[in-house]
Amino acid sequence: MAKMSIDDKLGLDLFYTDEQNPHITINEDYDNAEEIHKVVLACPAGLYHFDDGKLSFSHEGCLECGTCRVLSINKAVKSWDHPPGGAGVMYRQG
Amino acid sequence: MSEEKFDAIIVGGGKAGLTAAYVLANAGLEVLLADRGGFCGAKNVTGGRLYAHSMEKVIPGFADEAPIERKVTHEKISLMTEKSSLDIGFSSSKLSEEPGSASYTILHSKFDQWYAEKCEEAGVMMVPGIRVDSCVVEDGKVVGIDAAGEIMYSDVVILADGVNSLLAQRLGMKQELTTHDVAVGVKEVIKLDEETINQRFGVRGNEGVAWMSAGDPTCGGLGGGFLYTNKDTVSVGIVATLADIGYADISTPDMLDRFKEHPSIKPYIEGGQPIEYSAHLVPEAGIHMVPELVRDGVLLAGDAAGFVVNLGFTVRGMDFAVESGRLAAEAVIRAKEAGDFSKEGLSSYLKALDESFIMKDLNALKGFPTLLSRREMFKDLPEMTEDIFSKLFTVTGKPSMDFVMYVINSLASHLSVAQLTSLVGDIVDAF
Repeated sequence: MAKMSIDDKLGLDLFYTDEQNPHITINEDYDNAEEIHKVVLACPAGLYHFDDGKLSFSHEGCLECGTCRVLSINKAVKSWDHPPGGAGVMYRQG
Repeated sequence: MSEEKFDAIIVGGGKAGLTAAYVLANAGLEVLLADRGGFCGAKNVTGGRLYAHSMEKVIPGFADEAPIERKVTHEKISLMTEKSSLDIGFSSSKLSEEPGSASYTILHSKFDQWYAEKCEEAGVMMVPGIRVDSCVVEDGKVVGIDAAGEIMYSDVVILADGVNSLLAQRLGMKQELTTHDVAVGVKEVIKLDEETINQRFGVRGNEGVAWMSAGDPTCGGLGGGFLYTNKDTVSVGIVATLADIGYADISTPDMLDRFKEHPSIKPYIEGGQPIEYSAHLVPEAGIHMVPELVRDGVLLAGDAAGFVVNLGFTVRGMDFAVESGRLAAEAVIRAKEAGDFSKEGLSSYLKALDESFIMKDLNALKGFPTLLSRREMFKDLPEMTEDIFSKLFTVTGKPSMDFVMYVINSLASHLSVAQLTSLVGDIVDAF
């Protein structure tokens, strides 16, 4: 079994992404590298990136687990809500 | 819709919410169930295994018609290091012989869609695809819900909106989750054909395997690995306690990839095709994280109430969800008969919970979260067993050291006397 990239894995899932309305926003200026590293490691969808001291995030591909909220709300994570009704990931197996 | 007042509005179409809705509708109440997914189950993930007893009370014989995957007849638990695995297996047709003591592997999305249909047949107004933003509170009493500005009223609201119950948090009934309260489960569903699964796992027909492991799956961090056989797929995943993220410098997706490559796991899933990748938080703190459960006009059930027990070898959440959904519904029925939906009027829920296995088990097993948050269980113990069992099963032709002495030496080199004493204390407390 060839190792799948995280993007390939997310490609297995069905998403109805509301591109205009991210349900998670980050504090882009947050710079506690140790805290950020935990969030980067923890996100199962690999959506947090910390490159050259800059935190970035995309909500597309979010599995809505809430891990980043619990780890880092009011730190790296500015706001976290569930996506609007019907939007986001749609598990067919679960 | 906004003109109508329901007897009950349920937020969340998982095991707890669907059960509450089903029981209420069958008692003749006007019920609306709102779920933020496009359909019930769309946001729901399990390992997973459903212990059937509480579901049997709601729909006797449900397994004959519900989309269950396999009935669990083979249990396996493993302590793993990178190269080794000490396994304890138990196979018996006695497991899952009786409906009341059976357990089934299931896939949540499929199961919940079936359960949602049962609710609809029972008369529940199912409203998937809406996100409830808040409860409507008047004079300190919950009187309905607000979904994107649309207000719907009811005598009572049951919050069964899962582990991330923002609604309970917004009402102040529940604190923000801490990193010690929850673990993240990351799972792949891997397609293999039915016959291959039967051959590889040594099962027949609809027999299935539940396999829990600790140690190497989380690189020594708190948590574990799991594998469940479904009909023609295998659910394989890891669960990592959030407080221990970063203990090993590895991401959760890499942890799962690494687990899939473990020499004990790989042969079982090799050649399979992943068909879904999912993640979900799992309540882990047992009784220590149970929030305020009842207020005027509102009750909490299921994961939102933190009703999960993790013993390491057994993880139970769904049977707690089903039971708490039923007990919440029965309390609402009593409240309706009395015409009192105040906290007092709904308090028979608390009494019923206390008298049920939910609070009894959460209390009896309150030492487990402590035991399962000890590093020794995930790092030192697996390494020690590898050391001891490698010695036991290896013949080199060199004169053997006395095995008992070897075990004592190994124990001493992995655990200090103080560690061992306190670990034994925690084990005694847990049991």
